[in-house]
Amino acid sequence: MSESVKAKKKSPAAESTSAEGTTGEGKLQQAKSEAALPALGFKGMLRWSWTQLTSMRTALFLLLLLAVGAVPGSLFPQRPANPSVVTQYIKDNPSYGELLDALQLYDVYSSAWFSAIYILLFISLIGCVTPRAIAHYKAMKSQPPRTPKRLSRLPEYGTLALPADAGIPASKAINDAAGLLKKRGYRVEVRDVDGDLPSLGAERGFLKEVGNLVFHTSLIGVLVSVAIGGLYGYSGQRILVEGDTFVNTLVGYDQFTPGTNFQSSSLQPYSMQLDKFEAKFDRESPGKAGQPIDYTAEVTTKETPDAPGKKETLKVNDPVSLGGTSLYLTGNGYAPLVTVRDGEGNIAFQGPVTAKVQGDNYYSSVVIKVPDAKPEQLGFVGFFLPTAFVTEDKISFSGAPELINPQLSLNSFYGDLGLDKGVPQNVFELDVKDLKQLNGRDLAAGGITLSPGATVSLPEGKGSITFDGVKKYIGVDIHHNPGQLYALIFGFLAVAGLVMSLYINRRRVWVRTGTHADGRTMVEYGLLARGEDHRLAGEAAALREIFAREWNVPETPDTATTTAGSSSTSKDQ
Amino acid sequence: MPVINETLGQYSELFMLLAAGTYTVAFIAFAWDLAKSSKMLRAVDQKAAASTADHKVTVAAGRVAAGLGGADAGGPAGRAERPTSGLTVEGGTAAGDMKYAGERRAPARVAVALTVLGVLIHGAGVVTRAFGAGRVPWGNMYEFLTTGAFVAVAVFLIVLIRRDLRFLGTFVIGLAIIMLVAASAAFWTPVGHLVPALQSYWLIIHVSIAVLSSALFTLTFAMSVLQLLQSHRQKSLAAGRKDNLGFMRLVPNALSLENLSYRINAIAFIGWTFTLMFGAIWAEKAWGRFWGWDPKEVWTFVIWVVYAGYLHARATRGWTGTRAAWLSIVGYACVIINFTLVNTVFNGLHSYSGL
Repeated sequence: MSESVKAKKKSPAAESTSAEGTTGEGKLQQAKSEAALPALGFKGMLRWSWTQLTSMRTALFLLLLLAVGAVPGSLFPQRPANPSVVTQYIKDNPSYGELLDALQLYDVYSSAWFSAIYILLFISLIGCVTPRAIAHYKAMKSQPPRTPKRLSRLPEYGTLALPADAGIPASKAINDAAGLLKKRGYRVEVRDVDGDLPSLGAERGFLKEVGNLVFHTSLIGVLVSVAIGGLYGYSGQRILVEGDTFVNTLVGYDQFTPGTNFQSSSLQPYSMQLDKFEAKFDRESPGKAGQPIDYTAEVTTKETPDAPGKKETLKVNDPVSLGGTSLYLTGNGYAPLVTVRDGEGNIAFQGPVTAKVQGDNYYSSVVIKVPDAKPEQLGFVGFFLPTAFVTEDKISFSGAPELINPQLSLNSFYGDLGLDKGVPQNVFELDVKDLKQLNGRDLAAGGITLSPGATVSLPEGKGSITFDGVKKYIGVDIHHNPGQLYALIFGFLAVAGLVMSLYINRRRVWVRTGTHADGRTMVEYGLLARGEDHRLAGEAAALREIFAREWNVPETPDTATTTAGSSSTSKDQ
Repeated sequence: MPVINETLGQYSELFMLLAAGTYTVAFIAFAWDLAKSSKMLRAVDQKAAASTADHKVTVAAGRVAAGLGGADAGGPAGRAERPTSGLTVEGGTAAGDMKYAGERRAPARVAVALTVLGVLIHGAGVVTRAFGAGRVPWGNMYEFLTTGAFVAVAVFLIVLIRRDLRFLGTFVIGLAIIMLVAASAAFWTPVGHLVPALQSYWLIIHVSIAVLSSALFTLTFAMSVLQLLQSHRQKSLAAGRKDNLGFMRLVPNALSLENLSYRINAIAFIGWTFTLMFGAIWAEKAWGRFWGWDPKEVWTFVIWVVYAGYLHARATRGWTGTRAAWLSIVGYACVIINFTLVNTVFNGLHSYSGL
């Protein structure tokens, strides 16, 4: 990137001072203006900033700044990934939690400062790529540069002497060389073919710069694709208990994150029913017992409400594609089936309760809210254990992930659950502040402990609760990202460009021929690389070989090539 | 689900132990070679210093002009050879082309032989682990480290076929020993099944490229450290100070080290780009989004950016040489952080891949 930029980098300061000098003002004035900061003017300032921004040095600085700027996102919890953890983190660190928030360190990747870095970097990139693309287009259309006077100054140089009796005059030799180089993929121009010293200039490897430009342009493409995904995509989550059906409408989601330009009409009303979920756990490796080894969800999908159902399997790493979206298996757990009867003996709640996994072996928390219970609303808080064990200290834990000894342990409450006020509540939490406790370990009535099939009556005739059985549930993520295919395409284009720019070599070759006083035809050639090219010496040797073969020149040590070293870079000159 | 073979797993651990032992002996041999050969080179240099003039004459004698004099200097008619220029004899460093020279270095030969033996045993350890688990041997941090160390040493030996990089031996083998010890001591995991999230063919593609790139970064890290030492030494020698780093005599000059590590880093960078892209494709399959700024993704991105900066630094005035070497070292430090801290300390989606 540096070459073209540096070439243009004529200091604007120097320009403006020389301009002042020509206006005919006094010498003193001129000296003053040279000593003080030169006045650039608005335009000059803009040009100066642009030159600075598009300079290689700035681009490199911004690039490294981008790396440094990305790091805090891994040190502090991030809102987009985990908003509740961020809230907790601020609570736990009152001294600096708020300060970090003010610095946008919980939203690093959408923060003003991180955006500033990458936007500047991409502007710098565009400012770098555009002039280079124009320059390269011109270079591709123009002829190879004129033959240097002293080829021997080039990093690779060699000569051949064709005997006088071979009958190859200088003009034929140069045409032969031109043919050979063309075959090798060089663009060739022959000069002065009938003169004393005919020569040719040849160049190849224009694709190197093309690759470079493709790489950098593709990065812009990736960024744009990501932006498209953010604008028009959407994602959401849904928990499905066995037997439940998800319908792709806004009310079908437990949680929904629309893109900036999302419209609800773009949701196709497909459906997916969870028929069965099975989790397998490791039972053979010591030390890894209970580790999950397989999750399989059997689902029935319908493209439209009237379409026939289709049996599909949903697994981790194997999403289901439906109606332009993809559905992913991201979590699972147990959902105990519960029946709650109120104080009047009516069924106030019946169905599965999603137990939120909290610890090892599906140790899960359970919250049941029964607003329909009469005369008093009922609430239950506790935990579910698929394989219940109790220690000597009366601490329950789950000994295995499978349903070997399922148990539901609950405390019960009654009173106003606060659901009628219209304030949204977390279904996984019960605020017991305004409730009266009925059951609990510390109360006379004790806690509720239920095995499947068991029923416990609540004290004070408030009703009863029955543990009917256990179903499984899965967490499904639904994603639609219209930008991701383009991101993939641009990603591969970027790699292709990168490989081209790193492994195609831009080389120039010049050949000059002449007739020696003794009648021999003398050939000299020189090679020059643009940029890094450690194989230039190899190319020189290969050229020498094809020249020698063409003209039947025996290789003698006298005419052996000399090189400055095995690797040559443009820096050497 | 393949059956876990614990006996093979135990054999694997035994092989790893034996490999680490063999490497340790190879390491000592490499260190001995550095010390001994440097001493020898110093003696040769001192002798050569006396006859530098003769040497130049010999070089000139080897260049017999084929043409006769009197021709135009700008044309080919009278010249067959370039003027003797650019052929400078560097004092106190090994040949820049890193080709094998004629001299025999017994300790280096012993060291390479031991390394070959070590890598065979190590390879047996990796293969038995793979068969023991019935899958690719890079499903957790223990396996990533042991396999990564194997690939690093294997790549080093492959490069040795073409180039005399034996001066790197102490560093590469030293790092391999550290990796094996860390694997056995800190990250040991019994042979077992993969969790569902890792059961994907992308594990084979994504992680194998990551291991290979990391192995290449390991090589260039060692070379960049040597480059810094050597450039410091060259500067202090040029200033006429005493040579405090005598063992660096065996090491090529800083520029040659920089050029070769650039070439290796270029390959590794392409590998890392693939690691990042295939990781993104896999993330889309497993988690529904191709990029989510998970700590592992953040650090993979940071590494990519740092090495991109390194490649650009080579084309920026004032950033070549020492600064580029530092970038390469910082990049490798990020690779280490990405592997250790990110998997163990930071809370992210890759946390399970460890323990």
